[in-house]
Order: sequence, then structure tokens, then C-alpha cells
Amino acid sequence: MAKPFDIRKQTGFTPLAILCFVLLYLPIILLVVYSFNAGSSIALWEGFSLRWYASAWENEAVQAATIRSVVIASAASALATTAAVLAALATTRVKPWRGQGAVFAMINQPLMVPEIVTAVSLLIFFAMIKVQTGYTGLWYLILAHAAFCIPFAYMPIRARLQGMDLTLEQAASDLYATPWQTFRRITLPQLFPGILAGAMLAFVISLDDVVITEFVKSAGQDTLPTYMLGQLRRNITPEVNAISTALLAASIILVVAFFFLSRTRK
Amino acid sequence: MIAIENVTKIYGEGKSAFRALDDVSVTIKDNEFFTLLGPSGCGKTTLLRTIAGFVDPSSGSIRLGGKDILQSPPYKRPVNTVFQNYALFPHMTVAQNIAFGLEMLGKPKREVKATVEEMLELVRMTPMADRQTGQISGGQQQRVALARALAPRPQVLLLDEPLSALDFKLRKDMQLELKRLQTETGITFVFVTHDQEEALTMSDRIAVMNAGKIRQIGGARDIYDQPAERFVADFIGDTNFLDVEVLEITGDAARVRLAGGAETTARGAAEAGTGMGAATLATRPEHARLVPVGQGVMEGLLSQVVYFGTDTHYHVTLSDGAAFTLRQQNTPDMAHAFTQGDRVGIHLAPGVGQLLKD
Amino acid sequence: MSDLSAARTATERRNRWLLLSPALLILIFAAAGPLLIVVVYSFLTPGDYGGVKPEFSWNAWFSVVMERDFFTEELTFADAHLSIFWRSLKLSLMTTVAAFVFGFPTAYFIATRPKRSRDAWMLLIMIPFWTNLLIRTFAIMELIRAEGTVNTLLLWLGIIDAPIQMLFTEFSIMLGMVYVYLPLMVLPIYASMERFDFSLVEAGYDLYATRWKVLTKVIFPLVKPGVIAGSILVFVPCLGAYVTPRVLGGGKNLMLGNLIELQFGQGRNWPLGAALSLTLLAIVMVALLFYVRAAGQEGEKSHG
Repeated sequence: MAKPFDIRKQTGFTPLAILCFVLLYLPIILLVVYSFNAGSSIALWEGFSLRWYASAWENEAVQAATIRSVVIASAASALATTAAVLAALATTRVKPWRGQGAVFAMINQPLMVPEIVTAVSLLIFFAMIKVQTGYTGLWYLILAHAAFCIPFAYMPIRARLQGMDLTLEQAASDLYATPWQTFRRITLPQLFPGILAGAMLAFVISLDDVVITEFVKSAGQDTLPTYMLGQLRRNITPEVNAISTALLAASIILVVAFFFLSRTRK
Repeated sequence: MIAIENVTKIYGEGKSAFRALDDVSVTIKDNEFFTLLGPSGCGKTTLLRTIAGFVDPSSGSIRLGGKDILQSPPYKRPVNTVFQNYALFPHMTVAQNIAFGLEMLGKPKREVKATVEEMLELVRMTPMADRQTGQISGGQQQRVALARALAPRPQVLLLDEPLSALDFKLRKDMQLELKRLQTETGITFVFVTHDQEEALTMSDRIAVMNAGKIRQIGGARDIYDQPAERFVADFIGDTNFLDVEVLEITGDAARVRLAGGAETTARGAAEAGTGMGAATLATRPEHARLVPVGQGVMEGLLSQVVYFGTDTHYHVTLSDGAAFTLRQQNTPDMAHAFTQGDRVGIHLAPGVGQLLKD
Repeated sequence: MSDLSAARTATERRNRWLLLSPALLILIFAAAGPLLIVVVYSFLTPGDYGGVKPEFSWNAWFSVVMERDFFTEELTFADAHLSIFWRSLKLSLMTTVAAFVFGFPTAYFIATRPKRSRDAWMLLIMIPFWTNLLIRTFAIMELIRAEGTVNTLLLWLGIIDAPIQMLFTEFSIMLGMVYVYLPLMVLPIYASMERFDFSLVEAGYDLYATRWKVLTKVIFPLVKPGVIAGSILVFVPCLGAYVTPRVLGGGKNLMLGNLIELQFGQGRNWPLGAALSLTLLAIVMVALLFYVRAAGQEGEKSHG
């Protein structure tokens, strides 16, 4: 019997797609593999070793940058998620209202404006404030990160809220729950996976940021990514691969968790 | 008692304004099974949601037991709703759902527990108490929704097409169950449906709605036998509409001449307010009988015979071209008395046809 | 409207702005507000050691495209700037096309998998996207540098006897950008393909269309909104790319992002940097506007 006619087949598409997946992962896999290289080359394999992880671990600059990255990402994602939850509550499942378009444009602005432009504008603005106040702490970075994390936190929360059954809250209200009780007992538990997903996305985005951090940071405020960018000018050793691999692992764990969270059906 | 007076709800403004409720007034008595019946978009759900507090009327008043409830938010109104999609809280168990209203009212724990058990018993869901709401069937969800709404002992229970998501057999069972619950609890039920059979079998009184207005209020029998107007006659059951000429009126009864020239009697003259001359006569398909040519008040050609098991529908094209449908019970002796293509006569039971205002 | 509804609407409006205020404050302070200052800066005079002097000047905007010869005061086009503009546009366009060539079949491949495995395939596309852009750029760099994997392999195989210079070329920038932004092409195309009704393809074959005809006359027109969205999503960040050209372009092959950065060092021209930033922003906005209009038209079509 002849092979049945496959209506979905398009010549050459499957090989191209497979090639695409291979190319997408090959560089990352190589990067990870050479982080375990015993030698100091990133192309010649000289046996397995954890020496570059050890050296990264002992590197004080790396330690400081790691702590700074985590502090900034935690604070920024907490701020952004809180703001995004409130904003999503105000803008979802309501009748169209005046100023709606402007507010959406505002929230999504960090997605539309090229990062380099935002970075430059923050450099200028914060330089002015630094001169006026003399304050050079981490809050500039935290606020800058919080701002561009807001749309990322906002999206999954809003999606979750939109998918939520409005009648559930009406039912609660019908059963004598005050607006606050309804929010606390019905809306928030329903919304929780969305909030968690939004927070994790915000955390990853903040952790990975290079451009804005590079422009906003004061002296001695390197995060892991900007530290690595600085290292690229020098002779590259697998130590950078080791740091990259650790960051990759953190991101992948968070993203996969996000994926499963946002898939949880109501 | 719910007294609804001159309630109007307008959505939108200017040209696009839409009157969902148009000057609706109705009084629903205590312990009554009251049904709002009408096609989709007729305003029945809007009226229900106005009572519940989810819709603010543009004007009018609603009083419950003499107290104006329009100023109260939904959570301060002693009414509970069974939602069309049940709206069970997915993150709570069956028992937690039923307890919710009582907890919100701040009832003591022991009372809540006792009432929940009583309610589970009432809707026969005791074994399912600790299930998640996603793990039970549609019919069971329906019963939980009922129990949840009944648990706080509301003065009025509002039911928004609660049976529409169930399959035919389950729907039949739930109709009886609802009627039983209403009798046992003595709570006023306000029931919204577009299903006339549901309305006719369960209700004490029915309000037929169309285009934001109540067209007729009455018991099932009144509405079916004596529709007040063409819309009601057409919406409830099947109806044949005949052009007639009114010859004589005595009180509510009238003598009328049919298109073929024969005469018969009808009722509803007083209510319809028909004078002499042209009018419309509504007759139910089961109120007419096929007879041999010459014996009836009308004649025509039997154009189609459709067998329905318990009964048979006969479609007749009358001499003046109008269509007329009859429904006759199938009995062993008369099964094939008439066949398609026959010329037939139609006998109308005198005095049962209804004159309508148009 | 009754008094009751009016009062509720007023409360609703107050609550809405209250709820929005934290997000708006953060965004105004650290995203939108500073943009306005950039506008102001672009009309000022450069300071002697970076920064600005508060004197109005058109010079920055003028210098975006023109330059005045230092000795002869002759006006000419600023070739250095224009060639960077041109390179940015060219590389962004080429990247978009390459991303489409790879992304379309990939999205199609995923959309034609069984329903249960599609999400997993999409996750495979999205994981690299959500991992650090710098790390991915860096991975490409390790792959193609002189002593990198590709050259080492080719030398070892004896195909070449000296390393090929791939890093620090326009090709390497493009390769990096395709690699980095490919998921942004796949995602929207997949989204519109997932909704695609494959019985339409059956209808196409039933009416004598070949595979190619079905692809171009049935499938493509219906997923076009996704293709447009994907193209814009790739094109826009390419235009403003900073990290990829910095790491893979090696200082010689500047793109707009790098040109902007250059203006902000010590003793550099901040107003010119501001003007260049706004120029980039304007180009991006035009692209986005084009996208919104295209998406809007498609929306109307599907409704009407």
C-alpha cells in the first residue's frame, strides 16, 4: 500500500526545524561542556575538572557581583510584582475607561523603547540626581530594574486575571463576602500562580540585564553580567564559562518553573 | 415579598442605547416558585441580576419585605444566587464551598458545621463533602451550587438558568429536585429560563418577557391556554394563527367567521379588546381534529404527516393557502386514518381558541 | 444614569488610579520621565568634561547627519554616522530575513506536532530566549573565534590550514543577532499557526492545489499577521542592539547602540548621544506604528 498522503508535510521544513533546534542548543552546550575543561582553553578539551568553578567561587569580585545581582533582582522583582498586581487589578475586567490607552502604553513602554535609549536616559537622569543628593547606592539600579520588570510581571498576572471567572467573585459577593474578603479569599488564591509566575519572570529579567545596568551602575557596582562583559576584554578562560553555566542553570530552572506555573489550569 | 416597581435599565447612551429592562413592575410573593421566561436577550437575566445586586437599574425601585435593597451592595442583600455556570470556588472543597456564605456572615463554627451537614444531606452530597469541585460531575456541581446558595437561608433564591448545562435526563431529575427543595425549605425561588417546558412544569407563576418588558404573568395553565398576545402564544407551545372576522361579542366570548365562511366560537374578546371585524384567532395544534371533508369548519390538503411516536403531527395547507398544524395522539385504531395528499376537513373545539390583540 | 451608578463610577475611578499609582510612579521615575530629559539634552551644548552646558543649540541634531570640516568649515554628510545607520538597518533587515527563513519552518514544525508535545517544543524554543543574552552571545563568540570550536575542528580535519576570521565581522554580528532573536520570530508565527484550521489545507488539496500552492495561497496568507509580528519583534531590538555588536563586532563594526554609547564617555558629546538616541527611538516607533497598523487591518479583515 502506498504511504498515506500527509497534508501537513512541507518539503524541507522538518530538517530546517531540526537544524534550528540543534543550532539553538549547540553553542550553549559547548559553553557548558568547556566550563568543565581541565585546561585553560575554551576549544581544546583537556579532561574533566571543576577547577574553574572553584576559581570562580573563590574570586571575590564574582562573589560580590553575585550577591549584588541577587539583591537587586529580589528587590526589583518584589517591587515590580507588587506594582504589577495592583495595576492588573485596576486594568483587567473593567469597562473601557479614559486614559486606558496611555496607561497601557506606559506599562509596556520598557518593551517598546530600545534598551540602549532607556539606559542613556537613566544615565543622564540619575547623574543629575547623584550630583544633587550625593546618594550613589543600589537604589538607582533597583528602581531601574523594577521599571523594566513591570511589563514582564504584569503580563502573566493580567493573563491569569483575564482567564478568571468573574462570576466567582460575584458568587462570593452574593454569599455576603465584603470586597476585601472577596479579594482575600477568592481573587488572591486564584491569582497566586500568575503572581508567582510574574515574580519569577521579573527575577530572571533583572538577573540577566546587561545594558541598563552597565549604564546606571556607579563605580564598584558590577552585577554578574556586567562583570562578565568586563572580562570579555581580557583573555578568556573557562572561568567565564563556569559563571555562565551557573547563571544559565538558575535561569532555566526559573523559566521551566514559570512554564509549568502558567500552564496550571484554573 | 419582592416588589419590583418601574425598573428600567439602559445600557449605553444616545443612538446605541439599549433598553434591557423597560419599565418592569412585578410583585413576587413569599414562598413562591416564580419563573422569568423568555428568549435570550429579553431581559430576564438582567432583572435577576438587578435583584441580586450585580446590575444597577437606571431607574425604578426594588423592595424586599418592604425594605429598599437597591442601595445595598450584593453582600448585604439577603438573597443568594445559583449561577448559570455554578461558579463553584475551584480552590475549595464541596463542604468549604457550602460553608463560605455562613462564614462570611460570621456564624459560629459549630453552627456552620451543622448547617453544612444539613445542606449536604438535603442535596444528597454527604459522601462528596471533601471532594474538590473539579472532581465531581455536572449534576453534582449543580447540587453543590444549590446547597451553597441555600445554606445561609436567604429570603429569596435566584436561579439563573441553572439546568441549561445538564443533559436531558439529568435536567428532568433536577426539575423535580428543585421543586422538592422549594417546598421543603419554603424559600421564594426566582427562576430564569428560556425553556418553556421547564417553566410550565415547575412554576407557581410565570412571567413571560420579551424586549425588556413583561408580556404576561400567570399560572402555567393561564399562560398556555389563554395567551394574552401573539408573542406569548407563539413563544409558548405551537400555535396556529387564523385570520377571522368577529361577528358578535358576549362578555369574554365571541362568535367569529373563519376564512372558509364557517363559524365558531372563541374566547378572550374582553382581554384582547377586539371590536367587531378583523381579528386573529390562536388555536393549539391539539385542540383541532382531522375529520373527513365536509364535516369540519375548514378544509385543506394534507401536505405532510410526521410521526412522533406518542403523537403524529399533520401539516395542512388550507384552502386560502395558510398553513395549519394539528397534533393527534396515536391510538391503535386511527393510526393511518389520513395520508399525505388527502383532502381533509378540520374540526375546531368550540370556545377554546383565543382572540389576540396584535 | 442614576445617582447610585454615578457614585459607584466615581469610587471605581478613584480606586483605579490608586491601584495604578505604584506602577506609574516607578515607570515615570525610571523609564518614561528620563526620556523627556533626553529630549532637553539633545538641544543643549556639550560640557567640557562630559555632561552639558545649559546653552541652547541645534548642533547635536545637526551632527546626527551632517558635519562641518574643522578647517574649511565646509558642510558634508557625516559619513561615519551614515555608514553606521546604514549598517544597522542592513544588518537588522538581513537578520529579520534569516530569522524568518529558519523561524517559519520551525514554527510550522511545532504547530504540526501532536497537541500534547507542542508546548514542550515551544519550551525548547523559549528556554534559550529567557537565558542571559550576554551568555548566548558569548557562546557564539566561543564558537567562531580564531581559536574557537569551529576553527579548531576545521584545522583538525585538515580542511583549512589557517583559522578563518569570522569574529569581529558583520557576519558574526548577524549570526549572533539571528541566534539571539530567533525565538521572537518563532513565537508569534507559532501562535497564529496554532489557531490555523488544517481542514483548510485539506480543502486546498481537494481543490487540486500542490504543496507549494497550499503553502503560499492558503497557509501563508492566514498566518501573515504572525509573520509581521515576528518580523517587527526581531527587527526592532536588532536596530537598538548593543551587547551583540559590542561582543561580536569588536569595536570596528559599530551599530547605532554602540555609536550612542560612545558619546557618553568622558569629554564626549552628550547632546549628540541624546539626539542619536531619539533618532533611534523615532525609527523604532515608525516600525512599531507600521506593525500596529498592519495588525489593525488584519484584525478588521477577520472581523468583517
